[in-house]
Amino acid sequence: MSLHTLDARRLLCPLPVIRVQDCVKGLSAGDTLEVTCTDPGVRYDIPSWCRINGHHVLETREHEGEIIIIIQVGSNS
Amino acid sequence: MTHERKAVALISGGLDSMLAAKVVMDQGVHVEGINFFTGFCVEGHTHAIRKHDTDKPKRNNALWVAEQLGIKLHIIDVIEEYKQVVLNPKHGYGANLNPCLDCKGFMVGKAHDWMQQHDFDFIITGEVVGQRPMSQRRDTMPVVARESGAGERLLRPLCAKLLPETLPEQEGWVRREQLLSFNGRTRKPQIALAAQFGFADFAQPAGGCCFLTNEQYSVKLSDLWQSRGKRDYELDDIMLLKVGRHLRPRPHFKLIIPREEGESRYLEGYRRQFTYLQAFAQNGPIVLLDGTADEGDLLLAARITARYCQGRDAAEVSVRITTTDGAARIVAVVPLPTDEIHSEWLL
Repeated sequence: MSLHTLDARRLLCPLPVIRVQDCVKGLSAGDTLEVTCTDPGVRYDIPSWCRINGHHVLETREHEGEIIIIIQVGSNS
Repeated sequence: MTHERKAVALISGGLDSMLAAKVVMDQGVHVEGINFFTGFCVEGHTHAIRKHDTDKPKRNNALWVAEQLGIKLHIIDVIEEYKQVVLNPKHGYGANLNPCLDCKGFMVGKAHDWMQQHDFDFIITGEVVGQRPMSQRRDTMPVVARESGAGERLLRPLCAKLLPETLPEQEGWVRREQLLSFNGRTRKPQIALAAQFGFADFAQPAGGCCFLTNEQYSVKLSDLWQSRGKRDYELDDIMLLKVGRHLRPRPHFKLIIPREEGESRYLEGYRRQFTYLQAFAQNGPIVLLDGTADEGDLLLAARITARYCQGRDAAEVSVRITTTDGAARIVAVVPLPTDEIHSEWLL
């Protein structure tokens, strides 16, 4: 299980979701992905994408206008 | 044991594609959604940019629909490939720069490719005969099926009974009698079916889901092509057309002026790509300058910038001009009177 990062700053939805989707395709179940975004829409869209695709949002936090979401890749990816 | 059939549904985030997918799911077919991001989608972006929308959830409706249906959704970035659809539409444009027939053929074609790559059996769309003046007419719907390559594997569940039988019906993968015969522009049958399925809070964008159907947006896109002397665009170009007021006081440059805080924040992300102006002492928005400007043009741009800051009624306003190399200087200008901002400048 490994930790990966993704910079999705300045991208507007759905591009952060697309980048997460493409990144997760190359990961294994149990891996974690930390994605940094600036579009407030990701607070809804990334968790929604995770729910319908069987992944888990472990943490969401905000820091100086950036939204950081940590995702754990599900077993049916 | 019966082989479970699989369909890929084009999910726009609107009601029709949601209903079409549900009608087929209820017949025991495994459905997954597909959504294409062209860069012109109204979906998401404007909500994300504009602060005044904070009362509404900033959700992506295609994802929301998939979640309501309990299906997977695959969002595909088609920005580059889609340029050919916008720039050279075989079937021409609609009322604005909307190449709806080519667009539908393109998307169904992409869904067909995806279907083949993922071993799915057919494609579902939420199209309704007579609903759209260009792409959803009885005579153009077969064009989409033919030119996309999907042929008989394209099922339109909401109006299937009005169309020739498709392969999923012929093969018994779906029962034709449980499909529908919606027709025309009325929304009543869709609303009734939504109620029957228990769907509430679905999106029904009045102007459709694409900026190319918007007259003002199309004017700005035409202006972009004209000013550059070529029909082309990058993602940033078409994103910026969605943001702020666009004023073209001279043929060789225009100004992008945010209308509120959310747009202002968004434009700040472009500071390294454009010359930008901002009132120095008074509060005012960042103004991007797109094009080339000589000293006289910069002073005019500064006067316009001053017009949109809190010092608009002052005798003089200091405006900082910063070029793409980061060099900045401050000029003192008289704000341009409102009656000197010509209406034809506004795109």
